[in-house]
Amino acid sequence: MSFNSHKLLQKQKKNILELWMKNQLADEGLREDLISNEDLRAQSEELISSLVNNLTSDDMEDLDGDNWNPVIEILGGIAITRARQGFSPRETGRFVFSLKDALLTVLQKEIADAKTLFEESSKISRVMDNLSIITFETFIKGREEVILRQTDEIAEISTPVIRVWDGILALPIIGTLDSSRTQIVMENLLQEIVETGSSIAILDISGVPAVDSLVAQHLIKTVSATRLMGAECIISGIRPEIAQTVVHLGIDLSNIITKASLATALAYAFKVLRLEVKRTTITKN
Amino acid sequence: MDKIPILRMGNFLLVTIQVDLYDRLALNLEADLVQMVSKTNARGVLIDISAVSIVDSFMGRIIGNIASMSKIMDAETVVVGMQPAVAITLIELGLPLKGVHTALNVERGMDLLKSMIGTTEEEPEEEQDDDYLTE
Amino acid sequence: MIISLSKDNIQVIREQDVVLLRNRVKEVAVKIKMGLVNQTKLITAASELLRNMLRYGGGGFCLIEIVSKGRDNGVRLTFTDKGPGIPDLSLAMKDGYSTGRSLGLGLPGAKRLVNEFDLKSKVGEGTTVMILKWANG
Repeated sequence: MSFNSHKLLQKQKKNILELWMKNQLADEGLREDLISNEDLRAQSEELISSLVNNLTSDDMEDLDGDNWNPVIEILGGIAITRARQGFSPRETGRFVFSLKDALLTVLQKEIADAKTLFEESSKISRVMDNLSIITFETFIKGREEVILRQTDEIAEISTPVIRVWDGILALPIIGTLDSSRTQIVMENLLQEIVETGSSIAILDISGVPAVDSLVAQHLIKTVSATRLMGAECIISGIRPEIAQTVVHLGIDLSNIITKASLATALAYAFKVLRLEVKRTTITKN
Repeated sequence: MDKIPILRMGNFLLVTIQVDLYDRLALNLEADLVQMVSKTNARGVLIDISAVSIVDSFMGRIIGNIASMSKIMDAETVVVGMQPAVAITLIELGLPLKGVHTALNVERGMDLLKSMIGTTEEEPEEEQDDDYLTE
Repeated sequence: MIISLSKDNIQVIREQDVVLLRNRVKEVAVKIKMGLVNQTKLITAASELLRNMLRYGGGGFCLIEIVSKGRDNGVRLTFTDKGPGIPDLSLAMKDGYSTGRSLGLGLPGAKRLVNEFDLKSKVGEGTTVMILKWANG
């Protein structure tokens, strides 16, 4: 008994596509805002053609086989674009599951014999389930890539080095200071010191939510590295609660110049550079 | 045998390290420099390491040694032009080179030397004394 | 799962070999696009371990490998000598401990500069130190 479901599906390709499209369009979760119906149809058609071609062989259920690569590639491509476009996991899942529905419906309609129907249906089911798993893995990978890129971007933008005066740099730190961030802060700061020839850097930590011994250690490292370069580093923006925790934790910051606010740190820097800020009196003509 | 040249500029000695140091070369520099300080009665030593891409614990120690040795011969040492990557690595290594004066470049280093020697002449002991203790 | 992509074994017996080896490590690090700071950390760590190998182990071999794990590439260095070995590993890893007259920063300092560090030693047989630095670690 060898029923050839491949031929059947090949013949019914158009039907399957129509059914599938109907399923998809009827679904509440249809995202016309993210993908046009034409694009969706094109995507679906490409996937079906490639899929149906592959349902032929004996190694139909061995998805590691080489001849499945085109299908997996197409599906992977769709999953990744969907992840980037902001489809939800449910919407992406529906895309594959509704294809399974369509395939099973067609089989049901075309195969009379109950036993063959059952065998062929479970075969198709297994294949489609495996493909769904692949879709999800790729979808999540796509999402992770988005997150990684954003993390990089945040790391980049969150550490601007500002030249507040000739010879004075300021670096406001916002958010938690962990070791990888410290590394970026340190690199940016030291590089900028070399480029501008600045002799004073102000590290403002008013945007750092909490200072524990680890953060303090990172700050001390940054200050020491700045000193090795031949510049001085002032820590400003020490809020009262930070001063409290620092002392309670027994962290020694006595070797570091600390100031309560950026303004006082700047005033100190002016003094060191022997600069003076004066209010001028307007002289009338 | 490679040798690092030591230039004399008035009261100061100027050393520009242009090659990657290995241990023997660094040891030779230490010996030569101390000899020169004594011979020329130099009041300041300026070491430019802007071309040095690697400073490990041994070379760090040599730099520290030069500073301490010059100090007891009444000469100040300023290390100038350390690269950012080298500074970060030294800190991570656990070698903050305490007691070694630093400056961004040769020009700033010269200014620093002049001001240091100036202060010791004007007010012989007081302010400098604290430094001696911490070093 | 760490896969080794390329291998290069270099013998180190003289002090001048250190400069050569540092350059080789640098080449490899540049090849996998390691940032300047990480390069400097890796080479400095290598420098410390090479000195130990020359001073206490009487020279030995350094294996330079490019390794990859998933998306990350890195450089792995393995230093092997047939010296007297280290009797007390935890003492050798302590900051400021030295049997020579150095600062005692070599081993603990090198460990701080890299992502992975492994020290194995048998008294009378020799010492093997492995360090690994990821390109973006």
